[in-house]
Amino acid sequence: MANNLRFSDDALNVAHKIIKRYPEGKQKSALLPLLHLAQAEFGGWLSSDAMDYVATLLNILPVEVYEVATFYSMYNMKPVGKCVLEVCRTGPCWLMGAEDIVTYMQKKLGIKVGETTADGMFTLKTVECLAACGTAPIMQVGETYHENLTCEKVDAILDDYRKNVKEPISHFDKKHYKEI
Amino acid sequence: MGRKVLLEHINVPGIETYSVYREKGGYKSVEKALKMKPDDVVEEVKKSGLRGRGGAGFPTGMKWSFIDKKTPNPHYLICNADESEPGTFKDRYLMQKHPHALVEGMIVSSYALDAHTAYIYIRGELLYVYHILEKAIAEAYAAGFLGKNIMGTGYDLDLYVHPGAGAYICGEETGLIESLEGKRGNPRMKPPFPAVQGLWMCPTVVNNVETIAAVPHILNMGGEEYAKIGIGKSTGTKLISACGHVKNPGVYELELGLPVEEFLYSEEYCGGIRNGKKFKAVVAGGSSVPILPAELFLKTAKGEPRLMSYESLSDGGFASGTMLGSGGFIVMDETVSVVKNLYNFTRFYHHESCGQCSPCREGTGWMEKVLHRIIDGHGKMSDIDLLWDVQSKIDGRTICPLGEASAWPVASAIRHFRAEFEELIKKGEKVKQVPYLQELVEA
Repeated sequence: MANNLRFSDDALNVAHKIIKRYPEGKQKSALLPLLHLAQAEFGGWLSSDAMDYVATLLNILPVEVYEVATFYSMYNMKPVGKCVLEVCRTGPCWLMGAEDIVTYMQKKLGIKVGETTADGMFTLKTVECLAACGTAPIMQVGETYHENLTCEKVDAILDDYRKNVKEPISHFDKKHYKEI
Repeated sequence: MGRKVLLEHINVPGIETYSVYREKGGYKSVEKALKMKPDDVVEEVKKSGLRGRGGAGFPTGMKWSFIDKKTPNPHYLICNADESEPGTFKDRYLMQKHPHALVEGMIVSSYALDAHTAYIYIRGELLYVYHILEKAIAEAYAAGFLGKNIMGTGYDLDLYVHPGAGAYICGEETGLIESLEGKRGNPRMKPPFPAVQGLWMCPTVVNNVETIAAVPHILNMGGEEYAKIGIGKSTGTKLISACGHVKNPGVYELELGLPVEEFLYSEEYCGGIRNGKKFKAVVAGGSSVPILPAELFLKTAKGEPRLMSYESLSDGGFASGTMLGSGGFIVMDETVSVVKNLYNFTRFYHHESCGQCSPCREGTGWMEKVLHRIIDGHGKMSDIDLLWDVQSKIDGRTICPLGEASAWPVASAIRHFRAEFEELIKKGEKVKQVPYLQELVEA
């Protein structure tokens, strides 16, 4: 396949270490972690080129990657903004006002859930229970949980991201590459 | 203060590091267990009466004894850290603040099961906890508690963390195994059970984080001593994550058998309902268990005070009881619309259904649509019986328990709050959001 995508050396190193965690012949098990790496390496989403590349790393068929990538909600199947704002919408967060937080963010960002701002900065997503119900309502951005959200807090968080974020934020933070 | 076992040292500064954890008696159970025969370790866990803390409450020692010993295939232990049951956040708390407690438990449990490779399957959203566990595991390798020839006993064990990627269904043990194999998390038909054919078709045990974290304490104090904590067949302590409209939300460890009234109202635990509101209902064990109105939660149908235990919470069966479940304790005050809350849960199950079984795939969607119609002001009186009919045809007709998990909340809400459905349908008005942040949005 005509595909020029490649992991950085650091990411490739992590990928090989992860693959070794599974027995000989069972390298497909590394698919989920490798797709997280692919999102971190390739701008926060999985293009078909990105998935084909992961398939070559694991020596499996591209379709085996597609069927998995589309099953799990953390993989973005279309381009996203630098910050993907994942607001929990499930029961306990709803009880604490998540619906209002989402309404407020839609208004503030001028986009609907699932959309990206015109400047490519924010994508607004609603997600299911993040296991932080005691500090609801909550939102996840990359590996960070923002808890006990209020509209004022949302303002401050978005301002901070707008000022300080240059590179796309991913769930698998590159700063951890050296720890694997 | 109630007895603390799992969380005794949780607030010690630096407890997430190997050195502080070791100072506080960490890894003593490994030293003890590795001098015993694996079967004797299983025996201690059997004696302790420990039951699975993920929701089902199945006796852990018995689950371990099902492992197929005759096969030449390797055995695997997997820790289920895919905590996704709405209302549940105890495992995240434990792993984040006390990672070595889980690592120690994994070593002892793996030894008991004659497993030489073990995985902690953690939900993908918790990648930051993944890195905390990686660090703890690296420290345990460096200290000689993991790797080859642990403490010179000849026992080898490799422990790895494996991330999921956002799928509630992977908390079901066979869905989890499929996911760990790099596939979609579609649960498998049982039998064969994982203890016979699990990960890569080898004998496998899957246990919840809290279950595994209890094992070192059982070894240290002895199974019989552990069984003295708690009440009847609900032995030991349980982590309960309290959320919703309580004054003090958070993770609490309590001795099983604590009166529910004390748990809900005492300052040591939930501190009562916030903002001086009235207590309306509770989902006591994660979103899948039946909802109970306040009065049936505090006292059983027979008028006895209810206790936080497997037996007492399920007293009265589904007619008037619920389940301890995962310990996700969701409290609702008088402002909550039970119907809209149910809509939210049902939407969740529809979203999370893996799609293999028609009753769940289609039924959860139908229930979501009917409930949406009701909360949107367009409900019909016949919708209540329609919902009842659909849930009853999901219950018991699916490969995995997600079907039941979606049916029970619907059945219990109709059973206990039918009048609220009727009133809503009669009024024909849209249900508003709980008014906690409304002012802010409108301002």
